[in-house]
Amino acid sequence: MSLQHIQQGLAEVGYVADDRLAMALHLAQLLGRPLLLEGPAGVGKTEVAKALAAQRAARLIRLQCYEGLDASHAIYEWNYQRQLLAIRASEAQGGTREAQLFTDDYLLKRPLLEAISEEEPPVLLIDEIDRADEEFEAYLLEILSDFQITIPELGTIKARSRPIVILTANGTRDLSDALRRRCLYSFLDYPSRETEMAILKARMPEVEGLLARQIVGVVQALRKEDLEKTPGIAEMLDWAAALSGLGVNDMAQSREEVQATLVCLLKTAADYDAAPPEVTDRLIGKVA
Amino acid sequence: MQVTRFPARASGLSERMSAFIAHLRMNGLRVGPAETGDALAALAAVEATDVRQAQQALCVLLAGDADDWRRFDDLFEAYWFNTGKQRTGTAQTAHVRVQSAKPMIWQQESQDAQKTETGTDQAAAPDTGDGEALGRDGKLIATRTANLSRRDLRELMDEDALRQAEQAATAIARAIRDRRSRRRKQALRGPALDMRRIQRASLARGGEPMDLYRRARPPRPLRIVALCDVSGSMTVYSRVFLAFLKGLIGSGTEADAYLFHTRLMRVTDALRDHDTLRAAGRLSLMAEGFGGGTDISGSLERFLNGYGARALNGRTIVLILSDGYCSESPEALADALARIRRKARRIVWLNPLKGWKNYQPIAAAMQAAEPYLDAHLPANTLDALAALEPKFRKL
Repeated sequence: MSLQHIQQGLAEVGYVADDRLAMALHLAQLLGRPLLLEGPAGVGKTEVAKALAAQRAARLIRLQCYEGLDASHAIYEWNYQRQLLAIRASEAQGGTREAQLFTDDYLLKRPLLEAISEEEPPVLLIDEIDRADEEFEAYLLEILSDFQITIPELGTIKARSRPIVILTANGTRDLSDALRRRCLYSFLDYPSRETEMAILKARMPEVEGLLARQIVGVVQALRKEDLEKTPGIAEMLDWAAALSGLGVNDMAQSREEVQATLVCLLKTAADYDAAPPEVTDRLIGKVA
Repeated sequence: MQVTRFPARASGLSERMSAFIAHLRMNGLRVGPAETGDALAALAAVEATDVRQAQQALCVLLAGDADDWRRFDDLFEAYWFNTGKQRTGTAQTAHVRVQSAKPMIWQQESQDAQKTETGTDQAAAPDTGDGEALGRDGKLIATRTANLSRRDLRELMDEDALRQAEQAATAIARAIRDRRSRRRKQALRGPALDMRRIQRASLARGGEPMDLYRRARPPRPLRIVALCDVSGSMTVYSRVFLAFLKGLIGSGTEADAYLFHTRLMRVTDALRDHDTLRAAGRLSLMAEGFGGGTDISGSLERFLNGYGARALNGRTIVLILSDGYCSESPEALADALARIRRKARRIVWLNPLKGWKNYQPIAAAMQAAEPYLDAHLPANTLDALAALEPKFRKL
C-alpha cells in the first residue's frame, strides 16, 4: 500500500492526514514498528487509530492508560473464581490435575494479549501512555519490540499477527528513552487554516460557505489568544454542530447564539470570561 | 547546531547514512547503530529519490520527541545539502574545541572570540544586532558600581568559589527535596501505627492485634526549574551561576535548567553530562550569542509555550537568576510571570544586584515583576548564595 493510498483511505473515513502523518503510518505498517503520537490535547491523536482501523476494516483494541494501571489489567489475569470452581468440581469427581488449571480456558485476556492473539492484524491503541506509571512502560517493551508476551505458567506467547500499535501521549510526564527508541515518532500540532477547513468539510459537509470560514477563522484566532485550554479540533466540530443546529448562517447576524455556544469551545471559567461579546465581535470582524 | 561536513570520501549510501546518524547523535538525538539499519530499511521502503519523502521518513523514524521533531528539518538540510551553519575553517573549529575544553569557558577573551565567530556567520545569530547594544548598556551599569561591594562574585572566579557555589546549590536542592506530605498514608515501615487497620485485621485473630500496620507521611519533593540569564550584563556572574545550576542538577532533586539571553536553551542534559569536556563543549555551543542583550519576557514566553507544560506543576519552584535588565517592555514580563504563577507553586528571583548597597529595584522590568514574586533575594556573594538555604526551607 502506497503513501497516497493511505492518505486517500483515511480521507474516505473522514480523517484528514498531512504528509508526515501519512508517512508515519506507512512506515509503521511497513516496518512493523509502533507509532508514538504526541501533541496538544484535541488534535486528533486518538482519532488516527480509529480512522486507521476503519480504513483497514480491522478491529480496534483500545487500552486506556491511567495511574496505577498494572499487568493484570493490561495484559492478562487468571480467572481465579473459575479455577476454584473447577477444583471443587473435580474434587467431587475425585482427583484434580493442576496442569488443567493453567490453560487458555482460565486465562482472562486483557487488551495487550488480545491484540497479539488475533488472526487478522488489529489496530492496538494505547491511549495516553504518559498517564501510566513508569513501571508499566517496562511491561510494554517486550510486547512492542518482539510482539510476544511471557506468561510464567504457559510460556511465551508469540503474536499470530503483528498488530499495528499506536501510542498517544500529551506530555503529562516524560517517557523513557527505551520506549521512545522502539517507536516511530510523530508530532501532531494544531492544523493550519486550510487543513482545518478540510477537516470541517470532511466531518460536517452540511456546514459550508461563509459559516465554515467564520468558524475556522474564529477558532484559529482563539488559539492565538492566551487561554488556559486551547480549543482543539473536537471542540471546533462541536461548535460547528451547535451553530448549524441552531440554524446560524452568518455569525455577524446572530451574535447571541454565537456567544451562547462558546461553551463548546471554552472549557474553563477564566477562558469564558476572557471572551466577552466585544472580543468575539472583534474575532468575527477579522474573519469577514 | 554542530555540523559534520558531508563526507566526500564516503563510498556508498550506508556509509553516508552512518555519518548522518553520527551527525544527529552529536546534535543530541538519541540514535545509534540500530537506527542506521532501520533508516536504510525505511529508505528502501519509500521512494528515496524523492527528497521530501526521504526526509519525512527519516524524521518519523529518528526523531524521539517534540524537540527533535522541530529541529530535524534543519539538521537534515545541514547534512545532506551542506547548508547548515558552518564555521568558516577547520582551524577555527579546532580553536573552539580547545576553548571549550578549558574549564574557564566563560571568561572574557573567549567571549570576544565568539563574537568574531558569530560575525562571520550571519544566519546563526540574526538577533545579535540590537541586543548587543543593550547588553553593553547593562554592562556599563555593572562596571560603574564595581567598587561598591568588596567581595562581589565576579572577583571570586577561582575553582574554590565555583565548588562553593555548587555546594550552596546542592544544599538548597536538598532543603526542598526532603518534603513530606502532611497526611499519613499506609506504609510498610513508618513511625505511626495504623490503629484502624490493626483493629480491622484483629477481627480475624479473635480480637488479638497480631498484625501491626503502620503509617507514614509519603515524600512530596518539590521540583526546581532554574532559568539563568547569560546576557551581557550578567557575564561576570555567569560562571558561578553555571556552577550553581550544575549543583542543582547534580543534587538528585528533580531539577531542570535553562539558559537565556535573547533565546532560550534547555541545558539540563548538558549539565548532567558526566563527561565534563563534552558538557563544556555542548554548553559553549548553546551559548552562541552569549553575552548579548536580554529578552527576559520573550524567553519566559518561549519557555511557557515550549517546555512549560511539562516542566511546571503545583510542586515546582521557579528560580530566575537575572539582574532584570531587559530590552522588552515591562508589561510583557509581568504577563509572562503571571502565567508562570498560575502553573507553578513559587517564583523566586535571585538578583545579583540586590545585594549591593542602596539597591532599589528601579529597573522598570524589576518593578513590574515584583508583585508576582514570592521572594526577591540577593545573589551577589557566595555567602548570599549559601544563606538562601534556610529561606528555601520555608518556601
